[in-house]
Amino acid sequence: MNSTERELLQLIEKNGRLETATIAKLMGISVDETTRMLEKLEKEKVILGYSAIIDWTKGTEDGAVTAMIDVKVTPKRGVGFDKVAERIYRFPEVKAVYLMSGVYDLSVSIEGKTMAEVGRFVSEKLSTIDSVISTTTHFILKKYKHDGLVFSDNDEDKRIVVSP
Amino acid sequence: MITEPTSKYLSNTVQSIQPSGIRRFFDLASSMENVISLGVGEPDFVTPWNVIEASYHSLEQGYTAYTANAGLFELRKEISRYMKRRFGVAYSAEDEMVVTVGASQAIDLALRAVLNPGEEVIVVEPSFVSYAPTVTLAGGVPVPVNTYSEDDFKLQPEQIEAAVTEKTKVLMLCSPNNPTGTVLSKRDLEKIAEVVEKHDLLVISDEIYAELTYDEPYTSFPAVKNMRDRTILISGFSKAFAMTGWRLGFACGPKTILQAMLKIHQYTMMCAPTMAQHAALEALVNGQKDVVKMKESYRQRRSLVIHALEEMGLSCHVPGGAFYVFPSIEKTGLSSEEFAEQLLMKEQVAVVPGSVFGESGEGHVRCSYATSVQKLEEAMRRIERFLKTL
Ligand SMILES: Cc1ncc(COP(=O)(O)O)c(C=O)c1O
Repeated sequence: MNSTERELLQLIEKNGRLETATIAKLMGISVDETTRMLEKLEKEKVILGYSAIIDWTKGTEDGAVTAMIDVKVTPKRGVGFDKVAERIYRFPEVKAVYLMSGVYDLSVSIEGKTMAEVGRFVSEKLSTIDSVISTTTHFILKKYKHDGLVFSDNDEDKRIVVSP
Repeated sequence: MITEPTSKYLSNTVQSIQPSGIRRFFDLASSMENVISLGVGEPDFVTPWNVIEASYHSLEQGYTAYTANAGLFELRKEISRYMKRRFGVAYSAEDEMVVTVGASQAIDLALRAVLNPGEEVIVVEPSFVSYAPTVTLAGGVPVPVNTYSEDDFKLQPEQIEAAVTEKTKVLMLCSPNNPTGTVLSKRDLEKIAEVVEKHDLLVISDEIYAELTYDEPYTSFPAVKNMRDRTILISGFSKAFAMTGWRLGFACGPKTILQAMLKIHQYTMMCAPTMAQHAALEALVNGQKDVVKMKESYRQRRSLVIHALEEMGLSCHVPGGAFYVFPSIEKTGLSSEEFAEQLLMKEQVAVVPGSVFGESGEGHVRCSYATSVQKLEEAMRRIERFLKTL
């Protein structure tokens, strides 16, 4: 990855909705070049997708619950961590899976409508997988910051309108 | 002119100074709704958290008393290291440095320490609005030297020659410049240095924007051959570290002059705010990565704005530093003041008329690009629409 690509990635990582023309101007390159670079990075799966960061606690009654589950696994011959992880991440309710160092092996984050729903998933789907030895479920009570964004930020411009 | 009866108490010097033209625009823009301001002369970033946190911590630890007059010794040592590392100039933390209430106070101290009544100071215009009045308040006489867009607003050495009289003592330099964004290269500075040496001038070099240069490596004036001992270097934390409200700056220079400045500082200020000094210490020790990030973001926005101005046919030299562009609006036939006022009234975009920065700023407006990309794009659309109505 070269420095121009890195600059582009940093721009859209902060704001995935930046228009190509704006990116081009910010970087001082042509729109064509920007488009080509985006296509290349998408094709190489460096850019995996574009999504919005949403505060679901606002404006909806049907809130969601998120749980982070520490999963201990015994990898068996021919079934390494990757295979176990795959069995887990294929479930659509699983938002993230990471292989961890430390006292447990996989960190799984799950989103459901209610605690009961998440509980059902853990007891019926997750803990029944052969290689899974144990699970510890933590429910998220409140999100303060997610993916670098502070949820309650007061980011209005506090500067005086005209200054020397 | 002030006419109330109490005006008889005012000093003639103070009465001779006009309030800044910026003030009027501030009042006008403040009274309006939905204004996008490109008139702000400060970063749009909040101070990096580690810096704020360091200040909290110092308060929690009870550092609420005065510091040494010259500033916390730890901070001065860091400033000394920083100046060496970033700009290749060595200053002793013991006696060649004073920590001040913003670069603003450092400029005031410098001028008051060196000027006798009637001595002249060459002020390169368009310039930061405070220079000329501060010279006047220090008893000196500001002598404006105009720079022009044809020269990318660079001071030409012959112009210094032409302005020098037997009363000239000081040349005020500012690179990168507010409002033009112009950066003087090493070669430019060397040519200026020759004239400075020839006429035995003292230079006050305001390098508050030194970290914010985008094209060439920066040369600090005291780093130019033979200039260190005839330069008072002014800098501070406001711009590079996004710390305008903390009011913290510093001056470095030859011992005799710095000790004279310290004497004034001692009697008139005691010391710079302690909690801000602790913040500044953290900024110097752990702040460079944030400076780099912010600078990168300004560079991108500079590119955006220059592009947009070009597209709408407003010619603009590419400023090498700070966060200002200074396009010519001459072809509109409006004065800079009329342009700024009409733009504000019709499209609610605030820019600063070039004339407030000196006579040679006429025909231009200062636009700060230290504002979000979204607002910049909207402002550019509005300016373009405004131009079409003329
Ligand atoms: C060229 C220049 N010098 C000095 C200052 C004052 O800086 P400080 O906040 O450190 O007093 C400014 C602020 O706008 C400036 O533009």
